[in-house]
Amino acid sequence: MAAEKVIIAGFGGQGVLLMGQVLAYAGMLENKEVSWIPSYGPEMRGGTANCNVIVSSKKIGSPVISTPDTLIALNRPSMEKFESSVKKDGVMIYNKSLIDVEPKRSDIKAVSADITNIAIEMGNTKIANMIALGVYLGITKVVKLESIMQALKKMLPERHHDKLPLNQKALEKGMSLVA
Amino acid sequence: MAKEFIKGNEAIGKAAIMAGLDCYFGYPITPQSEIPEYLAAEMPKVGKVFLQAESEVAAINMVYGAAGTGIRVMTSSSSPGISLKVEGISYIASAELPCVIVNVQRGGPGLGNIAPEQADYFQATKGGGHGNYRLLVLAPDSAQEMADFTMLAFDLAEKYRNPVMILADGCLGQMKEAVEFKKTVRKEYNKDWTIGRGEKDHKVISSIDIEPEKLEQRNLKLLDKYKTMEKEEVLFEEYLCDDADLVLVAYGITSRVARSAVELAREKGIKLGLFRPKTLFPFPKKDIYRVSQKAKKMLTCELSTGQMVEDVKLNSHKDTEVYFYGRCGGVIPADLELLEQAQKVLDGKGVRF
Amino acid sequence: MKTVYEKPKSLNDVHFHYCPGCGHGVIHKLVAEVIDELGIQHKTVGVAPVGCAVFAYNYYNFDFSQAAHGRAPAVATGIKRSKPETVVFSYQGDGDLAAIGTAEIIHAANRGENITVIFVNNAIYGMTGGQMAPTTLVGQKATTAPYGRDPKTMGHPIKVSELLSNLEGVTYIERTAITTPGEIMKAKKAIKKAFQNQIDGAGFSMVEILSQCPTNWGVKPVDGTKFIKEKLQEVFPLGVYKDLSEERKGGK
Repeated sequence: MAAEKVIIAGFGGQGVLLMGQVLAYAGMLENKEVSWIPSYGPEMRGGTANCNVIVSSKKIGSPVISTPDTLIALNRPSMEKFESSVKKDGVMIYNKSLIDVEPKRSDIKAVSADITNIAIEMGNTKIANMIALGVYLGITKVVKLESIMQALKKMLPERHHDKLPLNQKALEKGMSLVA
Repeated sequence: MAKEFIKGNEAIGKAAIMAGLDCYFGYPITPQSEIPEYLAAEMPKVGKVFLQAESEVAAINMVYGAAGTGIRVMTSSSSPGISLKVEGISYIASAELPCVIVNVQRGGPGLGNIAPEQADYFQATKGGGHGNYRLLVLAPDSAQEMADFTMLAFDLAEKYRNPVMILADGCLGQMKEAVEFKKTVRKEYNKDWTIGRGEKDHKVISSIDIEPEKLEQRNLKLLDKYKTMEKEEVLFEEYLCDDADLVLVAYGITSRVARSAVELAREKGIKLGLFRPKTLFPFPKKDIYRVSQKAKKMLTCELSTGQMVEDVKLNSHKDTEVYFYGRCGGVIPADLELLEQAQKVLDGKGVRF
Repeated sequence: MKTVYEKPKSLNDVHFHYCPGCGHGVIHKLVAEVIDELGIQHKTVGVAPVGCAVFAYNYYNFDFSQAAHGRAPAVATGIKRSKPETVVFSYQGDGDLAAIGTAEIIHAANRGENITVIFVNNAIYGMTGGQMAPTTLVGQKATTAPYGRDPKTMGHPIKVSELLSNLEGVTYIERTAITTPGEIMKAKKAIKKAFQNQIDGAGFSMVEILSQCPTNWGVKPVDGTKFIKEKLQEVFPLGVYKDLSEERKGGK
């Protein structure tokens, strides 16, 4: 793996920023070079939250991603905003539950998943981000599931550690969707 | 040692404590507030002083007072706040007091916005306030260097009895990366000149010399110090400059984008290189000259309308063509955008600075 | 031979540069005597203002830091916070403390900084040549108020002791005047208390001293004292404005 560049985007409150941090943290635990940068610059306007994450085997240049290898779009404005930037033959994971339009591009691999609805079925909409991350891991295998769990354990305050099993279930559920 | 996944701003706070920070005085302003927030939480744990001042003006003067006692002291702010501090910085430079000042630059002029810019280059490197003085200016390009340069800054400040500025930007401050905090051995410097030691040889901290000849001597002494810095403290990085047809010159976050542009270019067989000053004062004059002589074409990229490019032009070989490309207002150019600009220059369509 | 009088050790053996009839010389000596009497000469750090007392460090024989205009309380805060074992005082005029340095004095007082402030109020800018001060009286002439201070456009004289005594953080504030031997001794007592409070960890103490500036008032040196008694004291009454010295001993 040279560098995996992913843009994760959605509404504020969908856990987009945390999801990116967990991914980068897991990469660091696997001794990879990582960078995470929250919405900044012109794309911060428009009511969406997004972050850029790079996990790489070599030194990272720009942490600001112009052509992502992967886009994870958790809502419609995010897909509409970033779909065109995805690298040719790249991946776009989109949240079918909240996106009622079809992808425009045919030169990328578009993967739809019913993320929010599955989260509701699992009893907690807050774990939608982990389902999405599971889908992403299933496709790209950028980092191991164990690394993500380790990262979550480090990042979540101890009082939330009782939620770790649910998060793991959500990640596994996401992976199973693309297995 | 294990790495830590941490924001650039927080890396500065943590590194400062590791370097032995005794007192921090500051005032909140975005996008640097994580520095005072981090220190407000951590300084009391190690029995050190954190004080939120009533203004940037008060904060820098508290730094002045504390620096006179020879302890390790720091303040941080962002562009408009630094403008408020420059009077105090001039006093500190004149009185030759060691301290560290962090500027996490944001968009300007005026209130501007909270997005990253590099438009305080002139202010940082040419003095900023009134009178003949210079800051030693370090320009980190990553969370790792935010930490490393903070530790280095405290040492340089004491070595030269001079304020040292970390010139970062909102992007570097807000992004998270893996950082290894390397504990360095603290060098001890002479503190005979300080006040508050309880000794009988009383000292005065001052920046006033009513007699013109005396004030001239003070200025010349400062100049000597700055010349020594130029000889001994220049730091820079060269990346694939040796065979480059065009060398990009950039610092801080822009150098990261430029690095990506160089890599994209090389994949296509286009020979780009990158020259990155790590110290903006002292500026790597000789090395710019050497690289420019070989490359014949230089493209300076900044988040400004053209500031560092003046120094690049001034120090490049006379036959070297110097070009400029800048974005500002908080816009960070994409790597492809820089590559496109470089291609233009190579095609003879660039605009000379 | 018995020594009847000697110059305080905390003063250097140099001439003051102050004008005839100016109050600074007397106040400098009072502060120096107090520091000698408290035995704190070598642990005292003074902070000099911008104004007539800008060269105070030439006269005092202990550590000193000169400060930017109005910022002495911030500089004093920096010194005291970094070296709590020192005794730190700022020496400020009315332009320095009550105009350009208003924010710094209010917030140092409000934080209850354990420092001592000597506030010299002579209702005029001395060093720059008789311009209007924030404490200039209504009707009083100044070079920037040649027709006298008109409160409609120039505001009223600001009463710093009254203002600061309203702040929780303040421990002790007294306004004195150096008009008669008796009043001078009272001023010295107040100064001593303000330093003792700092030694006791009791917190922020300020002594305001109404002082002569005959040169810029346009009166004869001998009439400077008369001006204080008849004009200044009317607007700036002498007395203790706040005193929690006993209650706050030991940092309580």
